[in-house]
Amino acid sequence: MSTTPQTLYDKLWVSHLVRDYGDGTALLYIDRQLVHEVSSPQAFEALRTTGRSVRRPAAHLAVADHAVPTKDRDQPIKDPLARDQVALLSRNTAAFGIRCFDLSDPLQGIVHVIGPELGFTQPGMTLVCGDSHTSTHGAFGALAFGIGASECEAVLATQTLRQTRARTMKVSLNGRLPRGVSAKDAILALIGRLGSAGALGYAIEYAGEGVRLMSMEARMTLCNMSIEAGARMGLIAPDETTFAYLDGRPMAPRAAFWPPALAYWRTLVSDPDASFDRTEVMDIGALAPQTSWGTSPDQTAPVNACTPHPDAARSEAGRRKIEAALRYMDLAPGQPFSEVTIDTVFIGSCTNGRIEDLRAAAGILKDRRIAPTVTALAVPGSGQVKRQAEAEGLDQVFLDAGFEWRAAGCSLCVAMNNDRLAPGARCASTSNRNFEGRQGSGVRTHIMSPLTAAASAIAGHIADPRDYL
Amino acid sequence: MQAFRRLTARAAPLPDANLDTDIIFPARFLLHTSKTGLGPYAFHDRRFRPDGSQNPDFVLNQAPYRDAKILICGDNFGCGSSREQAPWALLDLGVRCLISTGFGEIFAANCFKNGMLALVVSADQREAMMQDAAAALPIEIDLYQTTIRRRNGALIPFAMEPWRREALLNGWDEIAIVLNQDRVRIDEFEKRQRAQQPWLYQGE
Repeated sequence: MSTTPQTLYDKLWVSHLVRDYGDGTALLYIDRQLVHEVSSPQAFEALRTTGRSVRRPAAHLAVADHAVPTKDRDQPIKDPLARDQVALLSRNTAAFGIRCFDLSDPLQGIVHVIGPELGFTQPGMTLVCGDSHTSTHGAFGALAFGIGASECEAVLATQTLRQTRARTMKVSLNGRLPRGVSAKDAILALIGRLGSAGALGYAIEYAGEGVRLMSMEARMTLCNMSIEAGARMGLIAPDETTFAYLDGRPMAPRAAFWPPALAYWRTLVSDPDASFDRTEVMDIGALAPQTSWGTSPDQTAPVNACTPHPDAARSEAGRRKIEAALRYMDLAPGQPFSEVTIDTVFIGSCTNGRIEDLRAAAGILKDRRIAPTVTALAVPGSGQVKRQAEAEGLDQVFLDAGFEWRAAGCSLCVAMNNDRLAPGARCASTSNRNFEGRQGSGVRTHIMSPLTAAASAIAGHIADPRDYL
Repeated sequence: MQAFRRLTARAAPLPDANLDTDIIFPARFLLHTSKTGLGPYAFHDRRFRPDGSQNPDFVLNQAPYRDAKILICGDNFGCGSSREQAPWALLDLGVRCLISTGFGEIFAANCFKNGMLALVVSADQREAMMQDAAAALPIEIDLYQTTIRRRNGALIPFAMEPWRREALLNGWDEIAIVLNQDRVRIDEFEKRQRAQQPWLYQGE
């Protein structure tokens, strides 16, 4: 029996070693890959030109999400480039024997929403996707990380990737989230503290009472944004919440497969004496709702505060960063967020497009109207989330409040489809990146929770959701 | 991949921190499904004005830097999205080497897959090369020696995992190597895993 205590990351790493090169790198077996239309065409094309085949077609699941329109879904896609890209995914996956949900499939949705809801994502797996928010799936205790198209090709052809072993960081979230404050606020506050490159080279394991109390949806939000602190992976040890979520999902272990899977999953915890390369503790018991003010996800502050003063920076480089961000965002130093008017609200994405997110926003929107100056979109993360929300009457709450109720896709999180905003627009968004131009050239993005976005939609400016509970 | 051995070229200074892959390759151009010919979209919204004309303020539009093969970058260059279109577009512009204090991890991995170097140096070293770049002085990269030579003769060693260095020097096709060397290991892994975790092969 092994006597060296292991972290969860260590266990996942060791259990997937095909070959250890002895230099800190290893050839890792990849159990599952999610495939979408943007990062796969070049990979399939390379398989064709090299005459290679897909080693294990059943290990991959494909869906179009990034380029897809979120309205008029009964019509052909208008943009010819998007239409061709989505059609190419269907052709490529058919040619190589990979299951693909096309746009009319009831199971279509964002890769990081459908993987978990189908039970495709499971504890103990290695899972990759040509998308940086693949860290989402770490919420199940899976070693999940984003890769580029060349690596997609490697996984299709060999079912392996050569990887460098990450350093490990344990982030303990102590306390219970207050009312009106969500996992999104916790991760924004953490990114603000670590910095956008603060966790570069690390696999983060989230632990502590704050995490144990979270639903799977909230845990996914937490892990999803690990990449915004530079960490390619976020992990949470699976527990009863995880197992209850997975039980009965269509692709989860069935019948005789369930008991041994469950027994194995229960071993996927960091051993009590395991040592991490770095440990962080954050108290979330008194956390306030957060909003980003700049152009990097670490430029975040409590929603009841103000934009920073460049003078507050500790270095000249820091000052320049704040100045540049405020300039792009067209904000003054020391401006209260409650004075920042918005014209667009987006509720959706792989960060906050799940049923709980829609319920939270609807809770604030019920019997209220959005400001007349605001255009607001609710975009469910998947067809299943959309139907669930409709069964609960949430679609009507959004519509009555003045929101548009759309079909599933990445939409304004990446603005590759026709939901793109015009230059100068300012959006309160539940997505994950407030980068320059992320929602369209010259667009200003404030990232926040679904609660805060809903409150802001009503107010017409960035607002504190605790005033609307 | 394309081999990388030595390169002597002028470098362009890009001092902004957190130049993410959305800035390097705006998302709306991701609808193109080819990996070649993407140079026109590199840094598009900084290189071009809304009317399509070149923005003379952007460094890669300025005379000494139009064909820069090396970029000296601010902290955390290439953070964000995993899109490999970012290195593909830079490669199409002729860029083969990037130097910074740190890179987005997926971006750096993508550079490597395309025979491009993403070299990590100290903040002081980067600052010195930023000044060389501002003065339009050439910089010499030697992957055999794993050194950068500045115009004034100063040598800056850089770290690179030996296997990456070897793959880059030889321009190896990594997938071919795995298929040639590790097929039996992969077969054995699957056999063992199927016995121990049969649910992972449910329905197969």
